[in-house]
Amino acid sequence: MTKSDEKKKLKDIEISVPLVYGNIAYWLGKKASEYQSHKWTVYVRGATNEDISVVIKKVVFQLHSSFNNPTRVIEEPPFEVSESGWGEFEIAITLHFHSDVCDKPLSLYHHLKLYPEDESGPLTMKKPVVVEHYDEIVFPDPCESFLARVQNHPALTFPRLPSGYNLPAPMQVDDNGKKKRGDTKDHSLGQWFTSFSEADELLQLAAARQQVQAHIAKLRRQISLLEGQNQTIKTGSDP
Amino acid sequence: MGGTDAKDILGLPKTPLSLTQEKKSRPQKESHRKPDGISREVYALTGGVAPLMPSIDVTHLKRPPPHDEKVAWQWLPVKSSARKDDLQLYHWVRVVNDVPPTGDYSFAKYNKSVDVLKYTDDEYENHLTDPVSVWTKEETDQLFELCERFDLRFTVIADRFPLSRTVEELKDRYYSVTRALLRARAQSPAELANHPLIKEPYDMTRDRERKRALSMVLSQSRHQEKKDAEILAEAKRITEMRLAARRAAEPDVPANENIGSVSPSSNSQLPATAVAPSTLTMADYASTLASLRMLHVYLRTYGLEQMVQAASSAVGLRTIKRVEQTLQDLGVNLKPKVPTKTVCDEHLELRKEILTLLNLQKQLQYKESEGSSHREGTYAAMPDTPKDRVFASEPFSFGAERPIKKEPKRKGPGRRSDTPSPAHKRPRKLKASDL
Repeated sequence: MTKSDEKKKLKDIEISVPLVYGNIAYWLGKKASEYQSHKWTVYVRGATNEDISVVIKKVVFQLHSSFNNPTRVIEEPPFEVSESGWGEFEIAITLHFHSDVCDKPLSLYHHLKLYPEDESGPLTMKKPVVVEHYDEIVFPDPCESFLARVQNHPALTFPRLPSGYNLPAPMQVDDNGKKKRGDTKDHSLGQWFTSFSEADELLQLAAARQQVQAHIAKLRRQISLLEGQNQTIKTGSDP
Repeated sequence: MGGTDAKDILGLPKTPLSLTQEKKSRPQKESHRKPDGISREVYALTGGVAPLMPSIDVTHLKRPPPHDEKVAWQWLPVKSSARKDDLQLYHWVRVVNDVPPTGDYSFAKYNKSVDVLKYTDDEYENHLTDPVSVWTKEETDQLFELCERFDLRFTVIADRFPLSRTVEELKDRYYSVTRALLRARAQSPAELANHPLIKEPYDMTRDRERKRALSMVLSQSRHQEKKDAEILAEAKRITEMRLAARRAAEPDVPANENIGSVSPSSNSQLPATAVAPSTLTMADYASTLASLRMLHVYLRTYGLEQMVQAASSAVGLRTIKRVEQTLQDLGVNLKPKVPTKTVCDEHLELRKEILTLLNLQKQLQYKESEGSSHREGTYAAMPDTPKDRVFASEPFSFGAERPIKKEPKRKGPGRRSDTPSPAHKRPRKLKASDL
């Protein structure tokens, strides 16, 4: 254990918050002008659409400098920015956490996508272009007060604590005014959200590992066989 | 503009479909007019824009450039403030409109000199007598005279000094005398505080040491240099590993200082640990994990990247490419699409296993070549070509791409051989039916 810290930290316990970030863009069709051809929304949400404001205090979206007030600070969920424009550019999304969670902000980068991959197809107003990425925020050494506060929250994966370990009673975070729900389960664009499941990838990986392990075993057998053979050859050739 | 001709020939549409440009770079208004006198094709060769350098019209070259002033050169006397004597010198001067230039000789401002302090006999007796060693008043006087004459160029002074003294000794005496003099003359100590001689006094031993070290570094042979660089890198690595492994809050100052002060001649003092590649990688993982912890917050994809780098740090680029190729052949995403903790852990383990696999392949080949050279008496090993792919998807074997569905009925015609004979040099391609 490290020497005396004010907040006690535990070893090898991590809290992770699964996130999805990306954008949804609609072509404006008839109403499109040269400089406003698309209406888009860039956002960060919980991967299971739970309320991530338990961890995140505010999100800063840095848009292209040609926008009015390109630095958009969103202090309440849903953490998103909606705009209209014509260009694709990189957006820097900086997550700021509550003080008991972490002092340092974390940045993500998302390239705004307005045009579908298939360039030759006609643009349609009905189906938007959706690009989402899955990632997780990892807090490798959460402090006790943080752990206590988020104990049973669905937005994050809570670690298994060592047996017999008791967390102190959670301190209430001051959110009297925030009666508004922070989850995105009923979001207006919810029908386009991707549902990320680790199952497929796990299956793929497990099968791949199996193959590799089997091959390794085979090679090891072959090598020991050869070693045996080489030995006999060596002894055989001695006069 | 020349591009439209090309597009015409190829039958491509002239205007781009999508405006995927950043707002910053609006499409430039191209100059549609070309200058006369050049054919269109030649103009297009230059890229369809005006030339970068302003070109001179040929007609201008015949006439001399006009000028409205009358310039003449005259042989005139020169006065320089830098000269103390009355020597009269002459030089060519550019006279414009019959008015000679005014002002001091242009190089006079460079005549700078050092103010070497002059002391009286009294001052000498009171403050400057040298208690320790052998500096007499005459010597000090001579030293100061030479300092003034030669502008504190100590190498020259050392040469001219009647007694043989080293440069450092002379410097030491001069600076300590000047310092003492300054202190004695100053009204208050505060005014001296910023004087360079007081703030950073000359230290003779340090100077000697520094010169010695410099000359050693200069005289090092190239071989020595390389060895030193290697050892320092190794030492740095070891300290970093130790730091990371301890996860100490306090900086490990003594260790750093030791490394810093290693001089080229004391190579033997550093531990020459030959670390095996596997243990080095374990330490790499530990240090990567430790550095991730220190961040307090990070993205899982970033964490995975770091760990993958740690795993690949001990191997060459070719091996890394082979690992990636193998992953692709196995149908695994190089970067997981759903990077949860389990997925990332599994991904990392898979990569490690592939590295082991590739190592074993190499070992096997080596053994095979050993074996065959023993039997045939010739060196017959075939180098492993990068094109060898263990899990290559072949038309007749679906094993690599659909690991779940086994299709034992599909067999490659004549490609199977259950056990490789020692003479078989290339590693066998794996099929699902083999598992």
